[in-house]
Amino acid sequence: MPYRDFLVTYSDRFIDGTLITLGQFGLAVLVAIFAALISGLMKMAHSKTVRAAATVYIELFRGTSLLVQLYWFYFVLPLFGFTLEKFTAGFLTVGLCYGAYGAELVRGAIQSVPRGQWEAALALNMSPAQRMRRIILPQALVTILPPWGNLMIEILKGTALVSLISVADLMFETRQINNNTYLSAQAFGTALIIYYIFARFMLTPIMRWLERVMARKIGRT
Amino acid sequence: MLDWKLDFTWEILPRLIAAAGNTMLAAGGGYVVAVILGLVFALAQRTPSRTLTFVVRELVEFVRSTPLLLQIFFIYYVGPQFGLRLSPWTAGLIAIGLHYAAYLSEVYRGGIENVPKGQWEAARAINLSTSQTYRRIIIPQALPPALAGMGNYLVGILKDTPMLSVIGVAELMHTANSIGADNFRYLEPYTLVGLIFLAISLPTAWFIRRFDKALRRKMGLTR
Amino acid sequence: MKHDMSQYPLKLEGDKVPMVRFQNVTKKYGELTVLDGLNLDVTEGEMVTIIGPSGSGKTTVLRMLMTLETIDSGVIYVDGEPLTHMVKNGRLVRANAAHQRQMRAKIGMCFQHFNLFPHMTALANCMEGPVHVLGLSKEEARERALELLDMVGMADKRDQHPSRLSGGQQQRVAIARALAMRPKVMLFDEVTSALDPEVISEVTSVIRSLVDQHNLTMLMVTHQIGFAREISDRVCFFFRGKIEEQGAPEILLEAPQKERTQQFLSAVMNAN
Repeated sequence: MPYRDFLVTYSDRFIDGTLITLGQFGLAVLVAIFAALISGLMKMAHSKTVRAAATVYIELFRGTSLLVQLYWFYFVLPLFGFTLEKFTAGFLTVGLCYGAYGAELVRGAIQSVPRGQWEAALALNMSPAQRMRRIILPQALVTILPPWGNLMIEILKGTALVSLISVADLMFETRQINNNTYLSAQAFGTALIIYYIFARFMLTPIMRWLERVMARKIGRT
Repeated sequence: MLDWKLDFTWEILPRLIAAAGNTMLAAGGGYVVAVILGLVFALAQRTPSRTLTFVVRELVEFVRSTPLLLQIFFIYYVGPQFGLRLSPWTAGLIAIGLHYAAYLSEVYRGGIENVPKGQWEAARAINLSTSQTYRRIIIPQALPPALAGMGNYLVGILKDTPMLSVIGVAELMHTANSIGADNFRYLEPYTLVGLIFLAISLPTAWFIRRFDKALRRKMGLTR
Repeated sequence: MKHDMSQYPLKLEGDKVPMVRFQNVTKKYGELTVLDGLNLDVTEGEMVTIIGPSGSGKTTVLRMLMTLETIDSGVIYVDGEPLTHMVKNGRLVRANAAHQRQMRAKIGMCFQHFNLFPHMTALANCMEGPVHVLGLSKEEARERALELLDMVGMADKRDQHPSRLSGGQQQRVAIARALAMRPKVMLFDEVTSALDPEVISEVTSVIRSLVDQHNLTMLMVTHQIGFAREISDRVCFFFRGKIEEQGAPEILLEAPQKERTQQFLSAVMNAN
């Protein structure tokens, strides 16, 4: 079957799958931001227990395979009484997994804010929460954006694994098409191109634009 | 809540440990391919030929921006259509090797670019050929700082090997799935797989950190 | 280490209560003693300049007052109340964060490297404290900030970000920012040391007008000996964590008694 006909016939399936992938991606990114922020801040807390708790989460998710985590969340967690719908299990696991990597980025970015800023905020008698929210985090944001951009691409690639717990994303649909038609080159090739377009021509430019905006806000043009 | 069957655990553990051996083999093999291929990619982007640089650059970007799982499927299923009969192992090693070669090529490029320009000029001044310059001057200086990054990717490859289960490579994940399907019990196999991964990756990561620190100290890079 | 706290009053009482009192304050960094049983009183409205070689402890004095550093022994009082300690069950114990925060409201500080918030305009920098810490309305804070920016000569630059301002301009904004909190004590930590020589006078004239027009208590660490002589009520020469010599500027700076003071002053004069 010539490629154009192939595309026309299966475009619906590809589009459906892509939409699910984007949904998984967006929600996983939200989970990752949340997890990275909280665990990154926890790792800088005074309390040893708080730091240890964050470390356990980070090492656990960084030391094991995303696929193993996905299977565990979907098949084993129900035995503990928490049954997750597969779509939820998907983005939750991906988000938590990459959030653990993000925690290190958060910590590094916060520590890169000059000491003088902390002291000036203290001299103005700001509470620690105000200081973090209004002075430190905005400045840390500029530092964290470039490596966070790379992490976002990893998250996009990571969502492909949710197909293995039967979430009907782009990867899943592509495999179905391959199973039905045996037109592997067309099926997998198209999927590769779709992922590539999103990563290189949408995600990366958006992140670069965000970096420029933030740098301007800080006055670093 | 927790209904852990201890005797079941002992029963399946030997099988899982044997599979862990396969996992490490796959990771090691993929890593070797990646290390060598990555160097090729890095050097290819430094040739005078604009076409070659461009093509390799785009290839590297493409491989880095798309999921490994998809690349595994592509190589395994499309390979035969190009006349290559690939076993799951071969397809898997090629896919992992290619994917991580793209990452490693960036690490190498960074390492090479960090070698001061003066080194190149000094090499030219004593009339070393390009390949001699690379071999004897540049790469020996580029490599040590790059080793930490390289080490991290070894741990990364290890954690990606479960993807090979989908094309039938009998590594840890695949074995755990079989055991689970045969016995209708997933708790012990999946948890044990997670623990085995931790048992392999945490010491490896720790060891790499120690190695990097010692290397930096030796080269006078740390304070 | 248990210290005998009975020698320290719970509150300073009487008519002539100093605005700032360091009583027997010691600070060590490991083996190194930075401040060695310091006793220093600053009366209300007094302008005290602290000079001395690096490592003499002069910056530490300011930083402790701003609670940026903790003390190892002794007590610091501000406006009659203990700063580093608090009264609990009729005894002095180490101050908790809440007490420190309460006392910190009386003190303001300007830093050598200005430390303006780069993601805010000059005006926003000056409004930040009043709005979010003092709870002023945005209009009130804005009015106060504009008044102060005008006083330091930076009213026309109020919508600029710090990256667009010169060092002298940034430092003046920093002074306005600190004053917006209406502190009772102002600390100046080498505020001209990071400035190009030609803009130093911008900042010193602002400080001079503060001395002339307000009854603020001020402590200043500086290398600008001439400026110190001009505006200080008292100059303290620090050496190795202790006050080696102190007195009226005309006397200490022109006719120092102690040999170390003489050596320091001649070295500084030669450098200029």
